[in-house]
Amino acid sequence: MLEVRNLKASVDGNPILRGIDLTVKEGEVHAIMGPNGSGKSTFAQVLAGHAAYEVEESSSVTFLGEDLLDMPAEERARLGLFLAFQYPVEIPGITNSYFLKAAVNEIRVSRGLEELDAMDFADQLKEKMELINVDPRFAERFVNHGFSGGEKKRNEILQLAVMEPRLAILDETDSGLDIDALRVVSEGVNKLRSENRAFILVTHYQRLLDYIVPDFVHVLYKGRIVRSGGKELALELEEKGYDWLRETEDALV
Amino acid sequence: MSEIPQSKVRDAYLALTAARPNGNTPAWVQALHAEGESLLRETELPHTRMEEWRQTNINAINERTFAPLTDAPDHGVDADSVAALRFVNGVCSESVFVNGFHVPGLGSRKDLPAKVAVTGLCNAQLGDHAETVKAHLNHHLGARNAYTALNTAFLQDGAFVHVPRNTVVETPIHLLFLATPALEDCSAAIRNLIVLEEGAQATIILSFAGNAGAAAYLSNVVDEISLGANASLTLCKLVREGAQGNHLATTEVHQHRDSRFHAHTFSMEGAVIRNQLCVNLAGEGAECKLNGLYLNDGNRLIDNALQLTHTVPRCSSRIAYKGILDGKSKSVFTGKVNVLRDAQKTDSNQISNNLMLSDTAAIDAKPQLEIYADDVKCTHGATVGSSPPEIIFYFRSRGIDEATARGMLTYGFAGEIVDEMNIDAVHAPLSAYIYDKYSPKI
Repeated sequence: MLEVRNLKASVDGNPILRGIDLTVKEGEVHAIMGPNGSGKSTFAQVLAGHAAYEVEESSSVTFLGEDLLDMPAEERARLGLFLAFQYPVEIPGITNSYFLKAAVNEIRVSRGLEELDAMDFADQLKEKMELINVDPRFAERFVNHGFSGGEKKRNEILQLAVMEPRLAILDETDSGLDIDALRVVSEGVNKLRSENRAFILVTHYQRLLDYIVPDFVHVLYKGRIVRSGGKELALELEEKGYDWLRETEDALV
Repeated sequence: MSEIPQSKVRDAYLALTAARPNGNTPAWVQALHAEGESLLRETELPHTRMEEWRQTNINAINERTFAPLTDAPDHGVDADSVAALRFVNGVCSESVFVNGFHVPGLGSRKDLPAKVAVTGLCNAQLGDHAETVKAHLNHHLGARNAYTALNTAFLQDGAFVHVPRNTVVETPIHLLFLATPALEDCSAAIRNLIVLEEGAQATIILSFAGNAGAAAYLSNVVDEISLGANASLTLCKLVREGAQGNHLATTEVHQHRDSRFHAHTFSMEGAVIRNQLCVNLAGEGAECKLNGLYLNDGNRLIDNALQLTHTVPRCSSRIAYKGILDGKSKSVFTGKVNVLRDAQKTDSNQISNNLMLSDTAAIDAKPQLEIYADDVKCTHGATVGSSPPEIIFYFRSRGIDEATARGMLTYGFAGEIVDEMNIDAVHAPLSAYIYDKYSPKI
């Protein structure tokens, strides 16, 4: 589903990603862990198409068989790629339901489907809000405006549920959440797992992986994946800490 | 560039007063005309060396004479042409004015209590309301500028609304002012007088609409509004002049104790629009809320000049204006608040937010607080900006392209002012208008 080959990206001439290779197949859950500054969020943003990053010509990313790197962000989303933001922006004046209806209809139109009318969309939204257990009043609140940190993250998961992507990238969705909020968010994600939907969980903390069990764990360090393994790798990392990584990796250089 | 001989233009206006018909005009109205004339004689046309007009260049209006229409012309307006320009959509009492003159046959009274007057000012001067008109007309207007003096010098018609003591008018009153091609190269001196007696309540929509014509015209408007003790007025003003239409308006509001005045001013279309809104909070406990939205684009000029005077203690004022600025348009917002020495416990705040859609639009937004009392709470703020790239990226990551995102954001920005106005007959058409204006065109 997703093939990342030798992905190199920089911002303002400073290299951040130094050659990432990753293959994600349908239904898989990959966790990407790493210390602060290792390039985790950059990786997520580059996949979603953020224009602030310069991606090297030699890099290649294909998603569902299409060349992702030449595609504007909105087309990636329409193709089925979703990014849950680490810091979701506040949009005063635009309600969640208006925002999400526009998003869903852009995707539907791009796939040759008819637009949903207000009634059908409202039904669908209500169903998703129940599924992931968010307050029905979310629908008429302005997008993330005045939301608590936990509410913002939950709203990202609501958007994920409504947009039904093929690949969802969760960028530090667990950061800043207390255990109750983490549980709600994780339960939402687990309900959305399916055979044809893959996840990439970008996280700093092993704790998230107690709730969402990954198939693969990758460790990102200084812009490269330096370890890959099963879920037990996360536990090893938890036990030894990122310092262990710094010592072993920096010793190689 | 040579100096524009604006004094010649003013002299030309003064010369035209000779043509003003005085047949049925009561002597006291003739006296007002003379007052307006003498004020005009000693007042320069507004120019940018005057403090209040520093950012508002109306030379295009000043350098020619827009002869005031002095007679109700044969305008050929019928119910269909009214419907085409109505915009407002819902049950309202309606009075129609064509080029400044009341056309009784085109109006309708819907659920209006019998004692409530909604009529032409010309008619009111002569009939049962003569005493009320005499008591208020020109009493609320200060010496504002040459165009308000011109309005008084040519004062003939406009709207007269009188709501008696403790009378509540539930249905909005729609005053529709149409500019037809007959107004081209001319001006309409529109004079409106709105009097709400003690405890009265009403919602009034002042709606200006023009047939797009090839030639310029001028709507020269003065509104005088008196709110009795504990009276409550919601005023919605919609400016949709023709593409070459100019709109210079001064609204003077006098508030007695415990009265409430909520104004919603929407500046939509017209070459030059200036809404001067002057409110005197003259009785304790009076409250005003002044909201506005200006949608500027092309080469147009929109100026909202607010002048608020807190004369007595314990009054509150809220000002919230927003502008959406596109093209090479020029916008001016001035929020001048005077808190006089006696006006202790004043609670005043104002905010002006501006969304830039182009790099070539210009805005001059300034709050001006002059506070002479020492126990007051006054705040102000102004912002000018465009939608940050992080917000645009968020939309795009949800499949919404940049043009659509900007349209949605603009609509949302305007919505905060539109939604504050609870007049159903205006809310839906206005929302639709804004949505259409800023949605990306396919």
